[in-house]
Amino acid sequence: MKRTVPLAIAIVAGFVLLVANFIPYAEDWSLTAQEWFNILAVGAMLLGGGNLIKLHLMKISSKKAGWGYSAVTILCFFLVIVVGLLQMGVHPSPNYPDFAWSGYVLEEGSGLWWIYAHMVVPLTSTMFAMLAFYVATAAFRAFRAKNTEATLLLVTAGIVLLGRTYAGVWLFEGWLPESMQWLRFDNLTVWIMEIPNTAGTRAITIGIALGVVATSLRILLGIDRSYLGQD
Amino acid sequence: MSDTDKPNKSNSLIWGILFVIGGLMLVWSMSTSRTGQVWVTPEHHAFSDTGEVNDNNDAVWKSIDPTAATTTDITWTTYEVVPVSELIPAMIDSGDATLSWSRTIGLWLSAIFTLFILSFLVGDNPAYKFAEAMVVGTSAGYVLVISIWDVFIPNLLGKLFPAMVQGWSLPGMDASAPAELLYIIPALLIVMLLWQLMPSGGWISRWPIAFFIGVTAGYRMIGYVEADLVAQIKAGMVPLWVTGDTGEFDFWLSFNACLLTIATLSAMVYFFFSIEHKGLVGKVAKVGIWFLMITFGASFGYTVMGRIALLAQRLEFLFGDWLHLI
Amino acid sequence: MYRILKDLDRRWIFLAMFLAVAIPVLARLVFPEVVSKQAKMVFDAIDDLPDGSNILLAFDFDPASQGELLPMAQAFTRHCSIKGHKQYYMALWPLGSPMVDLSIDTIEDEYPDMVYGEDYMKFSYKAGGEAVIRMIMQDLRGMFPLDSKGTQLDDIPMTKNIKNIQDMDLIINVSAGDPGTKQWVQFAATPFGITTVSGCTGVQAPQMYPYIPEQLAGVLGAIKAAAEYEAAIDEVYPSIAANKKAQEAKRRMGPQLVAHSMMIVFILVGNWIFFVARKRGEA
Repeated sequence: MKRTVPLAIAIVAGFVLLVANFIPYAEDWSLTAQEWFNILAVGAMLLGGGNLIKLHLMKISSKKAGWGYSAVTILCFFLVIVVGLLQMGVHPSPNYPDFAWSGYVLEEGSGLWWIYAHMVVPLTSTMFAMLAFYVATAAFRAFRAKNTEATLLLVTAGIVLLGRTYAGVWLFEGWLPESMQWLRFDNLTVWIMEIPNTAGTRAITIGIALGVVATSLRILLGIDRSYLGQD
Repeated sequence: MSDTDKPNKSNSLIWGILFVIGGLMLVWSMSTSRTGQVWVTPEHHAFSDTGEVNDNNDAVWKSIDPTAATTTDITWTTYEVVPVSELIPAMIDSGDATLSWSRTIGLWLSAIFTLFILSFLVGDNPAYKFAEAMVVGTSAGYVLVISIWDVFIPNLLGKLFPAMVQGWSLPGMDASAPAELLYIIPALLIVMLLWQLMPSGGWISRWPIAFFIGVTAGYRMIGYVEADLVAQIKAGMVPLWVTGDTGEFDFWLSFNACLLTIATLSAMVYFFFSIEHKGLVGKVAKVGIWFLMITFGASFGYTVMGRIALLAQRLEFLFGDWLHLI
Repeated sequence: MYRILKDLDRRWIFLAMFLAVAIPVLARLVFPEVVSKQAKMVFDAIDDLPDGSNILLAFDFDPASQGELLPMAQAFTRHCSIKGHKQYYMALWPLGSPMVDLSIDTIEDEYPDMVYGEDYMKFSYKAGGEAVIRMIMQDLRGMFPLDSKGTQLDDIPMTKNIKNIQDMDLIINVSAGDPGTKQWVQFAATPFGITTVSGCTGVQAPQMYPYIPEQLAGVLGAIKAAAEYEAAIDEVYPSIAANKKAQEAKRRMGPQLVAHSMMIVFILVGNWIFFVARKRGEA
């Protein structure tokens, strides 16, 4: 029950998806499986939310260092849940104005929209914008031309960095002969992307594809059972 | 501990300088423009019952002129933002444009949160930690709410209880559709998945997890074989003797084709770890590494471009939308 | 000088990067754009279609990458609108649905003659990632019983006769990660041969090149390609060229140039420190 049934579920579900590519009669089963997958994904999000609450409540109750921030997390989480699920500030759909709950939850001016536009957007986008600074320190402190390979990487990066801006054109304006225009950094960048980059990425893509096939086969044949965990 | 985490006197000096410069910019901006203000114009909506009914036996309503609305009609007001560049005193005096307190407070909070996150660059501090805690809580809550309204209700509850869902939040559904009882299975699987949160019986969640794993393995195998294996091998087989439009041998196109083939094959040889990289294999693998380094260099260049665009957008928000400096 | 640079507090580097981006933003530095081959390929894929073609626009990105991707998403919307293409919007990321709303706002503001349900429509967010793509390639209504406004697809003029995504003439995917362009290539473009173009982040762009041209008709990689695409549109459509809101990517290239030059300086100075240290035996 604890291991055999889940193993059978994984193998059957996987083979249904696989076989549906070759036998049209199995297509309906695979469509059903994919619908259920979409619904279960919401379950995974509910689980994630539940875990979040559990972990942070444990931190608060044991008064670990920084427990105040856990309280902030939980407060924000429940605020968004309440505002969103109760559709605060949401007007009904113009097609069905007599149905109070028919509106679009992210309608401009609604409570959830306000939270999204004034909390989620600035917080998440600024978090990622910080990466520009870290990339700069990495360039200063870590990128060293220690050997041929590192030098190749840095020279390519330099050509691409300049080639993907107006500098790639401007640096060679007025003095580079027509026959040597291929040396212009923007043209070189195009060539680098189309030939060496495509070749290297293609090799990596094929390698990953072989790895995915091997891993999927191991799961479908019941060889890899790591997802079942320990008893 | 990084050098910016260590408490030192320079931190206080940096904070002092930042507050002074920031304060001066704010005062100058507020005195010369409507800094941080959001003005809106109201848009009134009104709907009247036509007396007809649709296929679900629900009343059909139509949009009417809001000035002609009566007490039996349904009305509400939405608000459109007036760009500051289009805001003129006449609009304010006539009442066409009003200051929206909720959006103004929201704009200031957005700017403050942005600065809280950026403050990490000076050093770790409570403001950043507070903002970080908010990111986690609000993002998780938002994703859950959207998933419930967009997926859980129409795709699960709508299949199991169509009449109830149609009468409550999705009036566009077909109320007479029969309940699809097969959807009890995903509902049960969700309950089993949530069992992981219980103190015991965690093994129950293996069933839905196994379903996830099996379905993913099944369709990914086909997707990767078709698009990333077969199609890529086919795309890699290019003619090495290339003729141009005139039908004559084109040196540079042929050179590129040969180089593409050599680079792909040598990079693939590098990834053959079951063969020792010695002799000819070692030399070919070395060439492969060189091409891979060029690949990674190009990736780095593009990555930098991406990160800087994100920073530029945030600064455009601070300088433009908030401070009206641009 | 060597000692100062070797022990440099990283906050000076942060400040330099901040100024390298902030000053061009404040000075509104803009440079001319030369349309590259890839941007032209993407432009032609949309422009060569007969007016009124069915186009699926899948916006798989969130606010974290909107600095890079929103300008190209808006450019796609304007290009499709001016060509009169029928636009079907969807999002596979929960935070992507509001990105679609921004495009719909653009249509309502700049193309008020277009009617929802006849010229453009939106599907709501679904959580299954690539499983959603796989399903809608066969059965649209199985995944989307209703549109984002709660109307049945059979009651919407532009979806009434659409059985699945194979009825689309083009797929435009704006992608920041997973699920994204790779999944659209794997489950839509390759097995069903639907022409697909992509706008993706700088991180993803190099990984998409092997798919060109058989599996992807073109890729816009990062903000530079978005600026080139805007330039390509401006060359052909003067009304869009006159629209300031349609030049967002071009505006962002000013800070890019200065910051990229700053990065080159950092790399050169960092390596100078390394070589001096090695010469002195300190490395």
